[in-house]
Amino acid sequence: MAGYKPVAIQTYPVLGEKITQDTLYWNNYKTPVQIKEFGAVSKVDFSPQPPYNYAVTASSRIHIYGRYSQEPIKTFSRFKDTAYCATFRQDGRLLVAGSEDGGVQLFDITGRAPLRHFEGHTKAVHTVDFTADKYHVVSGADDYTVKLWDIPNSKEILTFKEHSDYVRCGCASKLNPDLFVTGSYDHTLKMFDARTNKSVISVEHGQPVESVLLFPSGGLLVSAGGRYVKIWDVLKGGQLLVSLKNHHKTVTCLYLSSSGQRLLSGSLDRKVKIYSTTSYKVVHSFDYAASILSLALAHEDETIVVGMTNGILSVKHRKSEAKKDSLPRRRRPAYRTFIKGKNYMKQRDDILINRPSKKHLELYDRDLKNFRVSKALDRVLEPSCTIKTPEITVSIIKELNRRGVLANALAGRDEKEISRVLNFLIRNLSQPRFAPVLINAAEIIIDIYLPVIGQSPVVDKKFLLLQGLVEKEIDYQRELLETLGMMDMLFATMTRKESTSVWQHASDGFLENKKVES
Amino acid sequence: MCCTSISKMNPKLYSCSFDGTVKLWDYVDGILIKTFVVGLKLHALFTLPSAEDSVFVIINKEKPDVFQLVSVKLPKSSSQEIEAKELSFVLDYINQSPKCIAFGNEGEYVAAVRDFYLSVYFFKKKTTSRFTLSSSRNKKHAKNNFTCVACHPKEDCIATGHKDGKIRLWRNFDDDKKYTYTCLHWHHDMVMDLAFSVTGTSLLSGGRESVLVEWRDATEKNKEFLPRLGATIEHISVSPAGDLFCTSHSDNKIIVIHRNLEASAVIQGLVKDSNIFTGLMVDPRTKALVLNGKPGHLQFYSLQHDKQLYNLDIIQQEYINDYGLIQIELTKAAFGCYGNWLATVEQRQEKETELELQMKLWMYNKKTQGFVLNTKVNMPHEDHITALCFCNAEKFENPTLVTSSKDGHFKVWILTDDSDIYKKAVGWTCDFVGSYHKYQATNCCFSEDGSLLAVSFEEIVTIWDSETWELKCTFCQRAGKIRHLCFGRLTCSKYLLGATENGILCCWNLLSCALEWSAKLNVRVMEPDPNSENIAAISRSSVGSDLFVFKPSEPRPLYIQKNISREEVQWGVFVPRDVPESFTSEAYQWLNRSQFYFLTKSQSLLTFSTKSPEEKLTPTSKQLLAEESLPTTPFYFILGKHREQQDEKINEAFESELVQLPLTENIPAISELLHTPAHVLPSASFLCSKFVSSLLLSKETKSGEEIPEDVDMEEGKESDDSDEENDFTEKIQDTNNTDLGEDLLHQLSKSEEKELRKFRKVDYSWITVL
Repeated sequence: MAGYKPVAIQTYPVLGEKITQDTLYWNNYKTPVQIKEFGAVSKVDFSPQPPYNYAVTASSRIHIYGRYSQEPIKTFSRFKDTAYCATFRQDGRLLVAGSEDGGVQLFDITGRAPLRHFEGHTKAVHTVDFTADKYHVVSGADDYTVKLWDIPNSKEILTFKEHSDYVRCGCASKLNPDLFVTGSYDHTLKMFDARTNKSVISVEHGQPVESVLLFPSGGLLVSAGGRYVKIWDVLKGGQLLVSLKNHHKTVTCLYLSSSGQRLLSGSLDRKVKIYSTTSYKVVHSFDYAASILSLALAHEDETIVVGMTNGILSVKHRKSEAKKDSLPRRRRPAYRTFIKGKNYMKQRDDILINRPSKKHLELYDRDLKNFRVSKALDRVLEPSCTIKTPEITVSIIKELNRRGVLANALAGRDEKEISRVLNFLIRNLSQPRFAPVLINAAEIIIDIYLPVIGQSPVVDKKFLLLQGLVEKEIDYQRELLETLGMMDMLFATMTRKESTSVWQHASDGFLENKKVES
Repeated sequence: MCCTSISKMNPKLYSCSFDGTVKLWDYVDGILIKTFVVGLKLHALFTLPSAEDSVFVIINKEKPDVFQLVSVKLPKSSSQEIEAKELSFVLDYINQSPKCIAFGNEGEYVAAVRDFYLSVYFFKKKTTSRFTLSSSRNKKHAKNNFTCVACHPKEDCIATGHKDGKIRLWRNFDDDKKYTYTCLHWHHDMVMDLAFSVTGTSLLSGGRESVLVEWRDATEKNKEFLPRLGATIEHISVSPAGDLFCTSHSDNKIIVIHRNLEASAVIQGLVKDSNIFTGLMVDPRTKALVLNGKPGHLQFYSLQHDKQLYNLDIIQQEYINDYGLIQIELTKAAFGCYGNWLATVEQRQEKETELELQMKLWMYNKKTQGFVLNTKVNMPHEDHITALCFCNAEKFENPTLVTSSKDGHFKVWILTDDSDIYKKAVGWTCDFVGSYHKYQATNCCFSEDGSLLAVSFEEIVTIWDSETWELKCTFCQRAGKIRHLCFGRLTCSKYLLGATENGILCCWNLLSCALEWSAKLNVRVMEPDPNSENIAAISRSSVGSDLFVFKPSEPRPLYIQKNISREEVQWGVFVPRDVPESFTSEAYQWLNRSQFYFLTKSQSLLTFSTKSPEEKLTPTSKQLLAEESLPTTPFYFILGKHREQQDEKINEAFESELVQLPLTENIPAISELLHTPAHVLPSASFLCSKFVSSLLLSKETKSGEEIPEDVDMEEGKESDDSDEENDFTEKIQDTNNTDLGEDLLHQLSKSEEKELRKFRKVDYSWITVL
């Protein structure tokens, strides 16, 4: 009455990293493209507008790369000293960069010479950014000051002298043209409002702040410094929300994924960690070859670009969606076939009978349902199944044994078929999880094919292999038992308070190994 | 009673029995009309529409194994009891089973099978033909035995079923020489029963495969199947109109099947056809009795309604019903945390070394109202699991489960949080493994407050602290392996009881860590009552099983019932009552809060009742009469209502309809309100009180409601043949109940010395306190 119950396939816990939708998502990138720069890559920034070029700041140059290009499509090299923090404007047409000599230069993407040159800082400018209204530039420098510049007049509008150490990072709000945040080596983060000419919020990070990030909504503020990444609630006046300590060394850069659901942090410990922004748990992490200084994601997370201290730029592109291509689509029945009878209204005395829903069964299940036992076994002995999913093969062998038809299914095979079975046994017999089932199957095979042994050199060779395997396994088990005995002895000599022996198991339940080859 | 037969024309029913009588019943009203005394043991009975004044019965006269089919003429007389001695012999050397006799072609001939013979008797010619299949010595035909026979209703055609699964269709059997037969073969095991459809176009067969096969036009190719019916098909029958088939199964089940081979209804009682490994449990939610059901399932059986609530598929694998197959057995089950969790253990052992064990933990899902698999543990232990218990104390927020096994360990499993950012999940993991000198762990049990865990290792009981899993103390009586172990409850929670295989019942005091008392009693079942301190122990002696109910604090039992059953009692359980009874008599006080059910080896489920059997039966039979004699028309409800009010005896089914009815139509206030035009109605505030009061139930109906529902089902009837035994035990119960109860009261008033001595005489030295 109840339908056919499919064979229960034994599942085994997968060792290592758990497969989640995040690991799948973040592993779905091609092997990285490595680009050698002249010095440590201190900043990578994507243009917000298509075609999503990105600017790479390394040493005294700024390279603009196209998305798939290995060579820079443009270079800005008019710097006397090291350049810092090349950043695109929201429309992708202007680029601003600071430099070691204290100057801030504004470039047109199409031009070569700087459009504007803001002079005023006395020391190296490590951070620059455009404000949300596109007409101002914020800069922070090692002379402890933060300055706001007007682009049309190329004049300084405001200077904030509230930091007591180098200002090394900053970020302008994307919504409010007057708000921007800077982080400094004096362990503080300050949020400035251009309308009040002083900081509105100041929070203590606890370490020299290396990177700072505002959420698109402007409600949350992320700071990185030392080994910590801290999330602050701006709307609550800078209350600490979470403090994350997942890196072994200083965290140097932060980035938000395009959906805003994941936060990425890069560190000198050569790792990029990905956090969920709802639970702030690490959901994935990448390893790189050198300490990471900068990190950026392209539009829709299509590309991950990481700059490292050794001047290597690592570019990873997302794998293109598997194309559902070109199988000629089967001719579907006409539309009226589907619509047929659908608009029929149920009459008073009609009895509605639905078409019974068909349960999908695997091919081996279909065979087992119809008691075609040899066929079912053949199906799971196909190389595609035995290599990829040996647990299915073992489960079917177990099921056949439960039904009492394993001998029938194994009997009557020719040289090719039996060597296929033996191959599977040789590969999997010594695995503890499969051993109980496969030893039984091996015994049955030997019982069945003993009379014809010696007729086929191929099969004989396989039998000898199997014998060797079993002998090796027995030796191994003996050694394990010896070790266990020694350990017991050691435990026994240790003084103990209680008379009970409480110990966890180490043995794997494979002690009873029978000699299957007679 | 062994066989019944319904005469087609008028709704009467004949029954025959071993006491040599044929009785005629009006089965609609349940009235005995007549009794015909034949005087011989009657094994089966048949009636023919063509011969209404006589019936055919199977008797055996001389040898115990040789049966005859005879026709009995039923004399016409007005008296109640009539002698019917006019027998005419029809066929000799037949099988006693009614399946081995069939009347064919509107009663022209009768066919009977036995061993390798098919005998046909023609009524018109009064001749017998006998056909023999090749003998058993020939190895190829070793299983040629006939098992059943059916005759075509319209043609001269006989179908016979055989032990090897073949079906033979015989034709031309009126000629000894020219007869022919054709073979139909699908079944691989014995054909259990055969039936022709009413028109004779198709033949139905069934057997151990649990598949109903329909052979159309008597050809081998043209067959239809209804597979997976759950258990061996024992009988097949076809409705006279031809639109329904019906199969009965070995697991106490009847399935009604449509003509197009679609099951339309299942009538299922307590599933019988399995070994009970799990014991009896009570589901804390539904208060249903839970035990092994269909293979691989747990059945939830409502004791109040004598109905199976549902089957829970535990093993979830295709069940192959074949002789000699080693099946996966559901061996242990336990409910925990007020029915939120269910733990089950299944095992399969083919050879000594190849044990497959699986433990499953099921969580109750409130949305779907069912159990959902949560955790599956492969090989939780290396050897058989002997016991399984949840910690049901309230203070434990974290559910805890303990399993003990023959591999010498007990394991503690706890529920852990398995959730991550993607989903919320919980799962069970092993928290602690304990052992004691490599002895086999045989039992485990939590104390009522969950602070202590007792695990028995063969002869030794160990007590563990459930907070730290430290061994606290051990008890050893050197009186054989511990078979049962349980803590006292409520005021007796300081006691621990253990029953050993050598027939010693020990009670230890946990405060003094000393033996409080012990008694010599061969305990088979020991069950604590969840609602009181009482503990029921059933002991096995050579005569029968005895029940003792006692409190651990006193070695003197509260209640003794000798000989509750002639056979061995396997399991027992206390089922909490919904409404506590208030028996004042000391002998019955232990039944106040819970009812004790026990299951015997032949799978009869019995219980204790204070009512006499007549008292229990009357309300149901009256109900039957009332229900049957009146058609359920609207008039009936109105008239019936009046009658009920007079009687003040309302059965629940009617009552619900009665209460609903006035709400809808019959209240004048409502109809007034609805039919009067709005503009002439008085203001709503004026009408309100009248309207509301009209919705209240009248006083008469209420008093009807308050009548406590009679527990009319005191006995889960599982098998037809257990009826007799049930009657027997009940009778003894009732007499003994009163006797012993009074006895006890008497003794109480006498001096201690005398009482002790008398007790010793009565019940095998129960009070040999060591």
